[in-house]
Amino acid sequence: MSLLAEMSQKAFDLGVPISVHLDVTYRCNERCVHCYLDHEDHGEMTTAEIKDVLDQLAEAGVFFLTFSGGEVLLRRDFFELLEYSRRLLFNVKVKTNAVMIRETEAQRIRALGVDTIQISVYSHRAEVHDAITKLPGSFHRTINAIRFLQQQGLKVTVANVLMTWNRHDSDGLQRLCAELGAHYTLDPTITPMMDGNTSVLSLRIPGEELPQVFRNPALVPNMEEFCAPPKPVTDDDLEGYSCSAGHSFCYISPYGDVYPCVQFPLPSGNIRRQKFLDIWNHSPELNEVRSIKARDLTVCSSCSHVSRCTRCPGLAYMEGSMRGPSSADCEKSYYRTGIPSANMLRNAGSASLIQIQPLAVHA
Amino acid sequence: MPDTYIARSSNIAARMLAGEMMVMNSMDSTFFTLNEVATAIWQAADGRTPLRDIVSSRVCEQFDIDPEQAQADAAQFVADLAQHGILLVSDHPLGDSAVTEER
Repeated sequence: MSLLAEMSQKAFDLGVPISVHLDVTYRCNERCVHCYLDHEDHGEMTTAEIKDVLDQLAEAGVFFLTFSGGEVLLRRDFFELLEYSRRLLFNVKVKTNAVMIRETEAQRIRALGVDTIQISVYSHRAEVHDAITKLPGSFHRTINAIRFLQQQGLKVTVANVLMTWNRHDSDGLQRLCAELGAHYTLDPTITPMMDGNTSVLSLRIPGEELPQVFRNPALVPNMEEFCAPPKPVTDDDLEGYSCSAGHSFCYISPYGDVYPCVQFPLPSGNIRRQKFLDIWNHSPELNEVRSIKARDLTVCSSCSHVSRCTRCPGLAYMEGSMRGPSSADCEKSYYRTGIPSANMLRNAGSASLIQIQPLAVHA
Repeated sequence: MPDTYIARSSNIAARMLAGEMMVMNSMDSTFFTLNEVATAIWQAADGRTPLRDIVSSRVCEQFDIDPEQAQADAAQFVADLAQHGILLVSDHPLGDSAVTEER
């Protein structure tokens, strides 16, 4: 285990919020087809409020801080907030679409000692990227920004969300990233909108196409292990937790709402009304999330995938229960290993034959 | 022998966790943890106080360590951190810009 992994585990065990994702705005200059946010401003925190939050996060032991949105650079005070956070010695990652980053902004980001810039890019073809963002010219502006940031020696990660619109462009974008010197990541997860609207889920690529992602050694270096059938479940596995949400990580919205994770819209308190540490230590919602071990999961505790599943408790919550299965992750486990999940088998027993057809082919 | 002055690099992130200071260099993502003595030196790295004085006031007095040994260990520690871009080292006082707040 690396030293960093050791310290992250220590934070998890001690219940220290070592990592926080802070959205400073939901406003955005792009209108991505798969986005889960409401871009209207319903009363963002002020500069002073966010600085106070940053002070509180530093006191609480937060080390890794992600600034995201919306588009962070739509806030006129963004560099002021960035500078303030670096004075407090956070390790800062910025998520942005980068269309507002030119040479000057890249220099400022570099001077402030930001660790990583994560940039959303959806294709190596301008027409596909711009169709997804609905902002003409966004591809060229974003790619130019990556060049400016790279020239400053900054670490740039390109985040590609794989969906029906760009399903054939992953390899091309990966090659472009290699040319640019940017790290490439790919995620096939499409999340329901924060208000529960699931219409965007129609953009998910068909499950049958997931193996092309999971079995691509350029994307998954430890592919053999990653796609191996699950090992027998042990007692230790059942004592484990799903992820760091609520344990050593949480999410804060532009309105001061605290949630276990970006993908886990369980309101757990608001820092305009309570101190962050009061929420972190005493929120009944966060304490409930923390209490859930694998053995407490209603269906997944009996699933052979339970120890290695990417089960997202937030997606499960949006599906009906934070203790229940997340169907999208069931599908990933199945297409990763060829072994159906307990949830899939349960549904196959009560639903139409169309749903069990793939199981008959692969099982 | 000229005095040595040390300051924290502007590229680093740092935070205490369970008595250990975590330090990370944003340029190359190298990650360290500092023990109590190293943390005391690092916290006092204001760019203005000579390392010799930091060691005698923050290390020898507080940790009851032999002064000669402490000075030698501190010089090695500072050289290691400087090599990884965590500390800036100079034979004259350094400006405020390199020094940041730490919790």
